[in-house]
Amino acid sequence: MTVMTPAGDFRTSYRADTTIFPTLGSRAALWVGIAILCCAPLVLDRYLLGLLINVGTLGIAALGLNILVGFTGQISIGHAAFFGFGAFASAWLHERFQIPVLLCIPLAGLMTAAVGLVFGAPAARLKGLYLAIATLAAQFILEDFFARAQWFTGGVAGRITEPPTIAGFAFDREETYFYLVLAFVIIMFVGAANLMRTRDGRALIAVRDHYLSAEIMGINLAYYRTLSFGISSFYAGIGGALYAHHLLFVSVEAFNILFSIQFLSMVIIGGLGSIMGSLMGAAFMVALPELVQAGADAIAGSSLDRMLKIGGNISFLREMAIGAAIILFLIFEPDGLARRWRLIKAYWKLYPYSH
Amino acid sequence: MGDHAPILQADSVSLRFGGIRALTDVSFSVRRGEVFSIIGPNGAGKTSMVNCVSGRYRPTEGRILFDGQDITRMRPSRRAALGIGRTFQNLALFGHMSVLDNIMVGRHHLLNSGFLRGMVYWIGGAQREELEHRREVEEIIDFLEIQHIRKAQAGTLSYGLRKRVELARAVALRPKLILLDEPMAGMNLEEKEDMARTILDLNEEWGMTILMIEHDMGVVMDISHRVMVLDFGRKLVEGEPEEVMAHPDVRRAYLGEEDATPAEAVPA
Repeated sequence: MTVMTPAGDFRTSYRADTTIFPTLGSRAALWVGIAILCCAPLVLDRYLLGLLINVGTLGIAALGLNILVGFTGQISIGHAAFFGFGAFASAWLHERFQIPVLLCIPLAGLMTAAVGLVFGAPAARLKGLYLAIATLAAQFILEDFFARAQWFTGGVAGRITEPPTIAGFAFDREETYFYLVLAFVIIMFVGAANLMRTRDGRALIAVRDHYLSAEIMGINLAYYRTLSFGISSFYAGIGGALYAHHLLFVSVEAFNILFSIQFLSMVIIGGLGSIMGSLMGAAFMVALPELVQAGADAIAGSSLDRMLKIGGNISFLREMAIGAAIILFLIFEPDGLARRWRLIKAYWKLYPYSH
Repeated sequence: MGDHAPILQADSVSLRFGGIRALTDVSFSVRRGEVFSIIGPNGAGKTSMVNCVSGRYRPTEGRILFDGQDITRMRPSRRAALGIGRTFQNLALFGHMSVLDNIMVGRHHLLNSGFLRGMVYWIGGAQREELEHRREVEEIIDFLEIQHIRKAQAGTLSYGLRKRVELARAVALRPKLILLDEPMAGMNLEEKEDMARTILDLNEEWGMTILMIEHDMGVVMDISHRVMVLDFGRKLVEGEPEEVMAHPDVRRAYLGEEDATPAEAVPA
């Protein structure tokens, strides 16, 4: 999508023309946004902070999936398994080797990337449905591994994790952990934005848009398809590790195929091939059950409730809402929330002369 | 015209798809610094020949040498680094990228920053490299007169502009040999003239050897140093435009003359 720049905003250097946030307004909005988020723990209660932390951890993993699906045009329906692997890896590294948790998180990312590269190897040759099935195999193999590898995951009992500490300061409460997640979100998202404006990021997009001519342009298809899997798993691992040290407990059952589908939903709803869209998609998926719950609460006890017997079926309703949301987005907003956001921005930029 | 050492040499190249013989025993050589055209009727094997050079197809038999090196079985992505660039008959731009990014993809093998340095943009030198190459890409943008669309999404452009962007992307590779598959297809007279001038500039000022497929005989005869004619996957002749045009086989195969009687002589 073409970037709309206000009249009179001339770039006088190539450096000024390659920034991530193109206008002064958007840069200001970014800093104000970060400042507001920094104040969030002072204002919000723990429940809402917990939701925001979830948005962050899931958002990082969703960004990883978006790099694979949205930017490289590959597919994975095993992302939750990699997310889970990162969670267990970080917990295991800390318990087994007494490595500080803050160091365990990036190490877990690297371990997950290594596992992702193994399962991503078929991606060098496969595309579309065939690759989808290959990644489905990854999902089931890893799930089985979680259930059986007692030494790594604690088996069916799951694994207790420790909160990260730095110089005696523990990120063991929502209010403090929030800052840790915020820092990771910023680092990971800036990293992805930088990647997409340099050589290898362009190569990924080129592979997606036209792999035959990408190859003629000197891009090694097998390398970039596999690399994309590695990067994607790295992000999943970081997200998973942050998730593990937030909940302080990792259960073997959590990382099932439904969770993988939810990651795909985040990416589709947020916007394929959009970096900020990944975060928006994660926010949407975190907010959706809350909204469904609120809706159910609102009609609780009414005749409608008695007729539909919603009370005990809230989780069922939630899955339905996710399904409906995906279908509605595919029909009405196939480019996701990110595009809607751009349209809103464009509207205000042009207001009141939008025609 | 440069010296007479061949930059590209095809030794009895044959290409078969099952029972279909797309190319049969085709040998030719392109000299460094020349404009070499391949002509022939539809389905003669012109694009197949170019695909063998760019690596999309592997010849069933025969060898292809580039700069004295055997590239017959080399991966297409490595040929770009050696100095072979190409454009496609059916446009093959990266539709969702900006024109600028499309052309920057052409710099792929000239850039060194991998994904790690890319992600830490400001620290590892990726930014400096990007800006340096941006400067060169802007030269190419100026040369092809596409300044006004450099930020446009490539997939939204008109046909003629997309052809120019594709050429820009191929030029960005800094190829020694550039393969142009029907660079003037679907253009009007004025656009064709522009394109012909651009090709001559690439040849004379940028020092690129040109291997071109083109149907417009006027253009081919005007700007080519040498011409090869293919028909049914076989080479008919190779030589200077005048001698090729005068060759009776060519007149029969390509211009559709049934016999030696000149068309003008047929009574109206």
